[in-house]
Amino acid sequence: MDRKTIDLWVGIFMLMGIAALLWLSLRVGNLGEDRPSSTYSVEAKFTNIGGLKAKAPVKSAGVLVGRVSDIKFDNDKFQAVVILTVDGRYSFPKDTSASILTSGLLGEVYIGLEPGADEKKLTNGDKVTLTQSAVVLERLIGQFMFGKAAEGDTTAAKK
Amino acid sequence: MINAIRNLGVRGINALWRGGSMARFFMLILANSGMSFRRFRLTIREIYFAGVMSLVIIMVSGLFIGMVVGLQGFETLQHYGAEETMGVLVALSLVRELGPVVTALLFASRAGSAITAEIGLMKATEQLKAMDMMAIDPMARVVAPRFWAGAISMPVLAALFSSMGIFGGYLVATLLVGIDSGVFWSNLHAAVDFRYDVLNGFVKSVVFGVAISIIATFEGFDADPTAEGVARATTRTVVTSALTVLLLDLILTGFMLRGD
Repeated sequence: MDRKTIDLWVGIFMLMGIAALLWLSLRVGNLGEDRPSSTYSVEAKFTNIGGLKAKAPVKSAGVLVGRVSDIKFDNDKFQAVVILTVDGRYSFPKDTSASILTSGLLGEVYIGLEPGADEKKLTNGDKVTLTQSAVVLERLIGQFMFGKAAEGDTTAAKK
Repeated sequence: MINAIRNLGVRGINALWRGGSMARFFMLILANSGMSFRRFRLTIREIYFAGVMSLVIIMVSGLFIGMVVGLQGFETLQHYGAEETMGVLVALSLVRELGPVVTALLFASRAGSAITAEIGLMKATEQLKAMDMMAIDPMARVVAPRFWAGAISMPVLAALFSSMGIFGGYLVATLLVGIDSGVFWSNLHAAVDFRYDVLNGFVKSVVFGVAISIIATFEGFDADPTAEGVARATTRTVVTSALTVLLLDLILTGFMLRGD
């Protein structure tokens, strides 16, 4: 095998490897996802965040507008403090409400922002006061069962 | 009884001794690597034999494994009505585990055994001694370029394996099963993380490449200079590499999956 052919093949080999790695990280992975250039952080307190995790999406009207950057526990109020990093291109009224939602029955947990009507906009470090906690399915089923049982008692009493 | 324990002791000491000399051998390779980069042509030649010649087997196996994982995954996922996430299953299992590990196993048997046999035969025919006589260090001239070629080729091959596998899964999804290609890619994109999945898989393939190259060159260099000795060394390369890769994989995965 002559030297130039070997060089050529090794060159092609390395190029293929680099192309495969790039493809894996950009097309298959999320490296190419455009990171917003400017962001602002707002804080929201929830009594129960359910299965929410850091990096979970923040959506408004179903569109991705930011991500959860941090989740802490407030030991004075015994509440979860969630820091939302919102894309700087979008601004929301001050009385925007945040609720923890699930896409589908078993899907991912995300935060939905429902804009209010205030003239003033949310800025960096602001607090979202209107929040709605996660719906815990087990508790819901428990309440339903309890309600059914109570209903059964009353109908039995009427008879 | 006493003899059995003594036997065990001998085996233990031997294993430890081999491990120790392998570590010293690795240090020697690193110390003698200057020439493989100054005269990069030596390394390029070895990349050709270890990497380029393994392309066909790696890419074809990648394609088939991706297709099989896709088909098997679809079989189970459709019970839950989640067949759209088939792409995620294929991509994550390939990028995280199958890509690096299966490539390493194939690479050990395809290229590692060849390296051992070549160096072993050089030793048996006293070519290494002849080099020494001519004041050419066989460590720098023969061993180090082969080591670096293996360490460089392995991550490249693993990346190609994963890419071909995902492509195979894509073919099964769109042509055989009837999943929309847009859904396939968007699910993939949402689920595969660069740092957590792609980069960790890459780190694994680098570690495996280094391990296989050390084992292959060491076994060749250490082989008894007879036909039988070379044959035994080649077998040992494949067996030891496979076990080492699987053990390292367990350890690395344990570290990488820690925390969220």
